[in-house]
Amino acid sequence: MDKNIKKVLLLGSGALKIGEAGEFDYSGSQALKAMKEEGIETVLINPNIATVQTSEGVADKIYFLPVTPYFVEEVIKKEKPQGILLAFGGQTALNCGVELYKTGVLEKYNLKVLGTPVQSIMDTEDRELFVRKLDQIDVKTIKSHAVETIENAKIAAKDLGYPVILRAAYALGGLGSGFCDNEDELDILAGKAFSYSTQVLVEKSLKGWKEIEYEVVRDCYDNCITVCNMENFDPLGIHTGESIVVAPSQTLTNSEYHMLRELSIKIVRHIGIVGECNVQYAFDPYSEDYRVIEVNARLSRSSALASKATGYPLAFVAAKLGLGYGLFELKNSVTKTTPAFFEPALDYIVCKIPRWDLSKFQGVSREIGSSMKSVGEVMAIGRSFEEAIQKGLRMIGQGAHGFVANREIIVEDIDKSLREPTDNRIFVISKAFQKGYTVDQIHELTKIDRWFLDKLQNIVLTSKKLSALEEIEELSDQLLLKAKKEGFSDFQIARLIFKDRTDPDITASLIRTIRKERGIKPVVKQIDTLAAEYPAQTNYLYLTYNGTANDVKYLGDHKSIIVLGSGAYRIGSSVEFDWCSVNALQTIRNTGWRGVMINYNPETVSTDYDMCDRLYFDELTYERVMDIYELENPHGMIVSVGGQIPNNLALKLDKSGVNLLGTSAKSIDNAEDRHKFSSMLDRLGVDQPRWKELTTLHEVNEFVDIVGFPVLVRPSYVLSGAAMNVCSNNSELEQFLKLAANVSKKHPVVVSEFIQNAKEIELDAVAKNGEIIAYAVSEHIEFAGVHSGDATIQFPPQKLYVETSRRIKKIARRIAEELNITGPFNIQFLAKENDIKVIECNLRASRSFPFVSKVLKINFIELAAKVMTGTEVTPPSNSAFDLDYVGIKASQFSFSRLQKADPVLGVDMASTGEVGCIGDDTNEAILTAMLSVGYRIPKKNILISSGSAKQKADLLMASKLLSQKGYNLYATGGSHKYLIDNNIPATLVHWPSEPDMQPQAMQMLKEKQLDFVINIPKNLTQIELENGYKIRRAAVDFNVPLITNARLASAFIIAFCSMNIEDIQIKSWDEYKTY
Amino acid sequence: MHPNKPATLHLENGAEFKGHSFGYDQAIDGEVVFSTAMVGYPESLTDPSYSGQILCVTYPLVGNYGVPEDSVEGNLSKLFESEKIHVRGLVISDYSFKYSHWNAKKSLDEWLKEHKIPGIYGVDTRELTKILREKGSMLGKIVPQGANLEIMEDPNLVNQVDVVSCKEVIRYGNEGKKIVLVDCGVKHNIIRCLLRRGVQIIRVPWDYDFSKLEYDGLFISNGPGNPDFCDITVENIKKALSEDRPIFGICMGNQLLSKAGGAQTFKLKYGHRSHNQPVRMVNTTRCFITSQNHGYAVDNNTLGSDWEPLFINMNDSTNEGIKHKSKPFFSCQFHPEASSGPTDTEFLFDDFIKLL
Repeated sequence: MDKNIKKVLLLGSGALKIGEAGEFDYSGSQALKAMKEEGIETVLINPNIATVQTSEGVADKIYFLPVTPYFVEEVIKKEKPQGILLAFGGQTALNCGVELYKTGVLEKYNLKVLGTPVQSIMDTEDRELFVRKLDQIDVKTIKSHAVETIENAKIAAKDLGYPVILRAAYALGGLGSGFCDNEDELDILAGKAFSYSTQVLVEKSLKGWKEIEYEVVRDCYDNCITVCNMENFDPLGIHTGESIVVAPSQTLTNSEYHMLRELSIKIVRHIGIVGECNVQYAFDPYSEDYRVIEVNARLSRSSALASKATGYPLAFVAAKLGLGYGLFELKNSVTKTTPAFFEPALDYIVCKIPRWDLSKFQGVSREIGSSMKSVGEVMAIGRSFEEAIQKGLRMIGQGAHGFVANREIIVEDIDKSLREPTDNRIFVISKAFQKGYTVDQIHELTKIDRWFLDKLQNIVLTSKKLSALEEIEELSDQLLLKAKKEGFSDFQIARLIFKDRTDPDITASLIRTIRKERGIKPVVKQIDTLAAEYPAQTNYLYLTYNGTANDVKYLGDHKSIIVLGSGAYRIGSSVEFDWCSVNALQTIRNTGWRGVMINYNPETVSTDYDMCDRLYFDELTYERVMDIYELENPHGMIVSVGGQIPNNLALKLDKSGVNLLGTSAKSIDNAEDRHKFSSMLDRLGVDQPRWKELTTLHEVNEFVDIVGFPVLVRPSYVLSGAAMNVCSNNSELEQFLKLAANVSKKHPVVVSEFIQNAKEIELDAVAKNGEIIAYAVSEHIEFAGVHSGDATIQFPPQKLYVETSRRIKKIARRIAEELNITGPFNIQFLAKENDIKVIECNLRASRSFPFVSKVLKINFIELAAKVMTGTEVTPPSNSAFDLDYVGIKASQFSFSRLQKADPVLGVDMASTGEVGCIGDDTNEAILTAMLSVGYRIPKKNILISSGSAKQKADLLMASKLLSQKGYNLYATGGSHKYLIDNNIPATLVHWPSEPDMQPQAMQMLKEKQLDFVINIPKNLTQIELENGYKIRRAAVDFNVPLITNARLASAFIIAFCSMNIEDIQIKSWDEYKTY
Repeated sequence: MHPNKPATLHLENGAEFKGHSFGYDQAIDGEVVFSTAMVGYPESLTDPSYSGQILCVTYPLVGNYGVPEDSVEGNLSKLFESEKIHVRGLVISDYSFKYSHWNAKKSLDEWLKEHKIPGIYGVDTRELTKILREKGSMLGKIVPQGANLEIMEDPNLVNQVDVVSCKEVIRYGNEGKKIVLVDCGVKHNIIRCLLRRGVQIIRVPWDYDFSKLEYDGLFISNGPGNPDFCDITVENIKKALSEDRPIFGICMGNQLLSKAGGAQTFKLKYGHRSHNQPVRMVNTTRCFITSQNHGYAVDNNTLGSDWEPLFINMNDSTNEGIKHKSKPFFSCQFHPEASSGPTDTEFLFDDFIKLL
């Protein structure tokens, strides 16, 4: 080990985005833990305030600053570290590191790159260098032609023959890449690809080949191991982040498995990786022919998955190897006695399934392909493929109960949907089987290996046997056990047997009772890395029906507490709840209890078996949670730190006798049930926007006559598109209700008055027996109408009337008392003047808990967990809520990956991640936050097209500032007139609908003549305005910063006009003092 | 096929595992052992080292890629490790009735039937493995419903090496240096590895006195069971030790060479039965992942003064190979020929060839 390294800098990955999500919080946290163990001081740069790695005690110094060369150099100047870790913060950190190397910054500050040398990274990132490198050792790659112009791309494609794939060099997980079947398609795609990179690769498509990955570790002594291999269920052509993946590979023979393993090691040695990397192969399904797709010279999503799939802590080991350790000097952290130089043997199968949220986006293409669109993933563990995949399909949390027995989906053209996969593909396969398609037919259309399809067919066959039963008495033990071994839930079995005759929730309980009477129960197995060859003390567990004995003994001493985690990351629920879960576990363990975690998200820190006394990597369904509760027999369970999934289970668990810690299930229901909550507010004399649940169009019209437009409409059953919509007039309302929502007695809609130009305010708090002991009030920059998950949030509030603030606290106190809250909760308010209305109340931790906890430096979850477990707490003193600085939480959007999606903000959440930055004033905090989510301070040219008169007026002051600062303003028709009328010079730019007029907005975007686009949609409806949509989409596709909200645009403009990037202070979190 | 016909695995300690019968429908007994390898059932099943044994595969999904059609030309199997299945029975958790692979010609079930080998699926193989690892080895029997098998015979009372070794001298190749290969149950990939390096092989039965043969190097193969049955082989090796011609041994070959050099073997608390065994070359920083299948090990402390350990197991520090301090004699406990398993140590064949 290198003894000269006393202090290291670790680059994080910033806000969660599609392609770069929670996995890097996990890998970064592991690396920091490894450094800590060596007594090395750690400095972390990561603006993602909701992560575990940016928590107290994980790194010694934390900077909530953008991970860009400028800020990293500033931190290096100040902190003077000896080493830097580039491999733990995804592509963001890697790209930044390469840039710092190329510009000589690393050399200038004599900074040693720990782990894989930068030259090796560049050899893997630059396709041409990569191919050349592997040619040296006769390893086959996908031959590609690197081109710098669209014309040359066409020539290359002609040469290779269509179909071809285009890739932008140095792009995040497939950004700007895709397949082209002909020259026309190539023309369009190449244009986009060149906006991300000056170099584009044209390759021959190998559609239909298997996709196989190996996770390889190498130390500086040239010792190599492959920790895990994985096989994609979907063949090549679908990005590995979009594919269902199993580990280990299932259809490879010994010679294939070891041929690819040997190749991986050869490649990794030749490239000179030190640490961890991932090798991806395309593998011919009809021979042993292969191509190397790519090598990721860093920790990746796959490596996080491999760590969880095997129990081998790849990031932790990679960090140690970066310090110069040999694999033989490190221990296997599961067995604690054997060395880290070994390859895990699995005795189970894991199945990773992506989670998409495409229905949140208007107009988005639902096809999945070579670029990533999924926002999260789950990992299911079983001892049969059927068991694992059915578990997994429940875990993704989109209403599926498994592979079968789901709500019928409508597929217009099954053949087409099989051939051109969408996010629904697995359910289309299910549908095809139901319709009598054979395995061969489905294979022909999908190219999915028959082995997987045969297994899926087994599930269908068993479901048919179950539906053939007329009554429960006919269900044999044998069939019941078979179904459970194939991963059927009690609910699925109930629905198949009882059809739709009775409520499946009730019949599912009946199945559960019968099943237990017949002794058909799951068993608990350990993940021990050695397939039971040696005894291992491990707390990493899963449940299966493919077994007869438990691996663990239960003490039954009621000294454990179960914490329910947050499940798959999705829009609206991600790393923040992982932070909450981890902090709850830590507090539980610090107060003398054993902490037990249930969660199934491989991207999280909470599913690291080091974080708790027992980890059940399993489902968060009522059935499975009860299975575990009955085995574990704990003191109680916490359902309020994992977001909505555990919260939704509260009532049912409570009815089954589970001891829920904290606020009672009845209170949770009183807050969740719209009617109960509303009458409670009435009783307390607290105002709320008027709303009504309605079942006919006539009733809706009557209600609208009273409250007036606009109204917010929430259907209980959604036919297509978004679940919520704001309607501004009669035609919009009718169109939405007719096309999108089916209004009926069975499917009522909730219509509420929509208050415009109101402030939205949030209160995050912890209460004990109905009394608030800590609270944080924060304020949205945007007016109400932007989902609170997308809004830019300011804490503490800077522009709130004292009166408003006082009233909010008063209302919160009343609600806390009425619901007798013990634990975390969040209330959202609307404020117009001093008129305050409550929008909703969640009796659980909210998305903003880590943000306010870290800005305030009071850990709300620690307080909440103590309160819930009955530990004494001292409420923070009042002065603790007085701050000399400001925190801004800004949202990260991933529209660039969501082809065709309209990048506007509305009542449904669209952001995939967030950052939280701190500054001495709002301007500093907002500028830092906006730079952290990828905005750039514009150089010269700005396009404004600002919607309605009100929005134009909102932007006037900011426009003036821009003009004074010397920016060139360009504006479309109405906005141009408005600017000129107000004596602000501006150049008229024409709409896309006037293609012959010059200058043309689209042309300017394409030619990168614009540095910043402000485009405000005229109203809040989702009905796209063709022109505005085209400009917004072009801005996203050509990577030009875009803001679509007037108040946010103003705040950003004011910030960058009042200060420069150099004015942002390089201050670590601990330098912001509280009293 | 009777996909639902119940079957039971009985162990000598009275434990029972219920499952379903597949493969050949007949009761069978043997020593129950396990392997944690995740791939390579055709290779394992034909490995002569499993002679007399019922194999439990800990990886739960088996049969996925079927079984290819093998051909045997000139006493050498093209794809497998011998001409036939050597395990007596197979115990697994989840059998894939349907297989999928371009080179598969039949299912595992069909192949087992062809070779009259019974199997049982649906067994909690992890629980079984936990029992087996604690006892080291245990007798057991697979009994399909309706079949009967009262007694359990200990296959270790029989010299399994004699069962699987060739009965007469077989020659391979006609050019290059001559290697005498003492067949204690040789895996065919060892022969393939040597032939690929351009040598001639004279494969002799385990008890054959090869000292009269004209050869350039001696190879002692892997094999099943207890090394104590092979005293004749040890005596023959001792003669070779007095000369200077290179010697290389694998697995059983490591144990026999050690014994010839004066060392003793002992039974391991936890046997090595996997593809993921880490070994380290003594006095170096070089480590390798190896394929292993043995329950006995050479006692490092009993190595004669002319000998030293060559490899050490990184999990339990047991011996994984020895070498002579001055003469070109060495051996390894693991399987550098892999098949099945990782190929990291195939270079040992090169090392041997270079010595000739």
